[in-house]
Amino acid sequence: MATLWLVLVSFMVTMYVIFDGFDLGAGMVYWLFAKDEHQRQLVKNSIGPFWDGNEVWLIAGGGVLFLSFPRVYSSSFSGFYLPFIILLWLLILRGISIELRNHVENVIWKSLMDFWFGMSAFLIALFLGAALGNIVRGVNLGGVVNGTAQYSSTYFFATLWTDFGPYGNVGVLDWFTVTMGVTAVVVIFFHGAAWIIKKTDSPLNNRLRSFGAKWSWAIPVLVLITGCMMYFVRAGFYKNYFEYIYLYIFPALGLFASVLIPRAFKNGEDGHPFLYTTVFIFTMLISTLIGMYPDLLPSTNNMNPALTIHNSATSHYGMVVGLVWWCIAMVLVIIYFTFIHRIFAGKMSEETVEY
Amino acid sequence: MSHVIWDRLQFAFTVSFHYLFPQLTMGLALLILILKSLAYWKDDEKYNTAARFWAKIFAVNFVIGVVTGIPMEFQFGTNWARFSNLTGGIIGQPLAMEGMFSFFLESSFLGLFLFAEKKLGPKLHWLSSFLVWLGSWLSGFFIVSTNAWMQHPVGYKLLNNGKFVLKSFWALIFNPWVLWQYLHTMIGAVVTASFVMAGVGAFYLLSGNKHKEWGQLFMRFGVIAGVIASILMVFPTGDQQAQNVDKYQPPTIAAMEGIFKTQANAPIFFIGQPDMQKKKLDNPLYIPGVLSFLTYHRFSGTIKGMNDFKQENLPDNVPLLYYTYHIMVGLGTIFITILLIAVFLLWRGTLFKHKWMLWLIILAAPFPFLANTAGWMTAELGRQPWLVYGLLRTSAGASPNVTGGNTLFTLIGFVGMYFLLGVLYLVLEGSLIRKGPQIQNT
Repeated sequence: MATLWLVLVSFMVTMYVIFDGFDLGAGMVYWLFAKDEHQRQLVKNSIGPFWDGNEVWLIAGGGVLFLSFPRVYSSSFSGFYLPFIILLWLLILRGISIELRNHVENVIWKSLMDFWFGMSAFLIALFLGAALGNIVRGVNLGGVVNGTAQYSSTYFFATLWTDFGPYGNVGVLDWFTVTMGVTAVVVIFFHGAAWIIKKTDSPLNNRLRSFGAKWSWAIPVLVLITGCMMYFVRAGFYKNYFEYIYLYIFPALGLFASVLIPRAFKNGEDGHPFLYTTVFIFTMLISTLIGMYPDLLPSTNNMNPALTIHNSATSHYGMVVGLVWWCIAMVLVIIYFTFIHRIFAGKMSEETVEY
Repeated sequence: MSHVIWDRLQFAFTVSFHYLFPQLTMGLALLILILKSLAYWKDDEKYNTAARFWAKIFAVNFVIGVVTGIPMEFQFGTNWARFSNLTGGIIGQPLAMEGMFSFFLESSFLGLFLFAEKKLGPKLHWLSSFLVWLGSWLSGFFIVSTNAWMQHPVGYKLLNNGKFVLKSFWALIFNPWVLWQYLHTMIGAVVTASFVMAGVGAFYLLSGNKHKEWGQLFMRFGVIAGVIASILMVFPTGDQQAQNVDKYQPPTIAAMEGIFKTQANAPIFFIGQPDMQKKKLDNPLYIPGVLSFLTYHRFSGTIKGMNDFKQENLPDNVPLLYYTYHIMVGLGTIFITILLIAVFLLWRGTLFKHKWMLWLIILAAPFPFLANTAGWMTAELGRQPWLVYGLLRTSAGASPNVTGGNTLFTLIGFVGMYFLLGVLYLVLEGSLIRKGPQIQNT
């Protein structure tokens, strides 16, 4: 039952990354590539009716984690205190800049909102990657310094950085988590570019296509680098893979999809790059999950064991009840998302979403 | 100073600011739904134009509500880690349900409602306004049921390690505390939206002929919705809610009413300042017997005073609780008075000519926000010193690993950011209101 809930939580997080990923990527594209007002409006329209619903995956995912693994929820949110609150501020800025930009007809206002939009999208993507890096690497559970624990084994407190190394008393940023963050920025950027190619039609697409064809090779390269790093940061990460060789199918599939991305940018149909980036994100997050299992939050010291799905799950009854309504809700969510994406099917024009 | 004070201050600040927006969202969602329904049934484009105008106001308000709402859910984890760890198996249920059942619904159909009126056609567009309303009111239900469990815990099992786990899902959802607090909260939101609508109407009527027709429509609409909602606030919802507090949190009712000595024929105090040292109310203005009568429906009913409860079980800020409660009740009484007069004038057909009344409505429009805030402060201060009433103290719920210095840092950040949001909000809504409803050429 706990494993099932792990799957549900991971599913919601993955959906968040896929759905809000294209909003964030579009934000970066918007900032760096969309030069004139027409193109900017198009990019904004391509995410306008969706972004708010996409962000709900994060909120609902947080709620589901809270319900099923309260110990992990309380440990990680308090332990990553500052980065979490900073993420919240960035999410505030992002939402505001999308919705309120066109309410004031003023050049200075608009360029400020454009800056907020691009900057917050970039930083949120960086943060998400670094967060994943932190979860893979683990944290100093119990706050152990020189063999003495400062808190009970549930809690830790990660400062933004310590010595930038991924061992012992770790901070949020070190060479491994920063590399993960950069990888996330690159992946999410191309994911957003792919979405724009799929959903809009303007000269911007050609520029994105040629840029993507030239540079999206970075994705498989970065994945291989971070994959190797994971071994050095936490040797146990590949344990499940050594035991069950066939699990390699997931990272292999992801890698395969990522290799196809540059060609799809070059001469694939408009929907192809997005298909491949989506498959890539999906399989890579599954691959990470497999490496983690059954840990939810590993420990970087020897005193306190990792928080696992077994020592963090709520009562059986709670999980059963939750499962019942979760399934009902999920069916409804799929209906809403199908409906809304059908209503806004095809390319967005500049007028589509003006209100 | 203990770091818990900063955790409390930050939560109080962020939630008070946040709730200024959802109350208008939830209230307006209902009023917009009624406008859309009128447009559909009467086949009158006037109501569609009005709904479109309010949808714009709604959209800006909704965004600020969303972005300030996300920190609320996550602060349970960041600042109240012990509390989340111990109770997540229970309050995680309604919180996760809120995300799954209402936020997806609300956000998906708000996107459609705002962006796709032409694509959807009148029927589906009406349906999206209905689903936006449903989503926002469901969301209110799940939040209130979370709060209700903290006010009056039910359906739980307390394990040896201090953790609460769920024993009965239905007990949690049908907590006797939920129903009245929910209705009281929702109808309070309708009062806010009604006053905002009537206030905008009065503003148009007073500022010349340009939007006169809309001014009259909004006034009529706001005043009628407002008077119904304000009366429902007192009876039955407010009355029943007070009965619940009396039944399940007796020290709280004594503190709210400023009753120090246990007494039969207990008075109701309108004004007075609690003196916690001398344990009496300074400069009291009161009617004897009324509190006993309201509580027990007979004057001889005995109300237990604060002096007879254990000090450590009394709310830790009695004067503030007493004031917020009295502000809420006082403002509610003023709203009913203003709106009854306004409805009377409307019935006589002279409402739009009485400038003093229009002014009164404009000036009163911001106060429901204050009344709702004071109401929530009453509920939350009244729950103190407990996080889970009678079972888990507030001081035991904060994150053990987050220091006061870190919380103060983020509190300052929130204050700065929310100040900015508040200014932005007022400027943007102000410009939308000045522009007024725009008739579309279709």
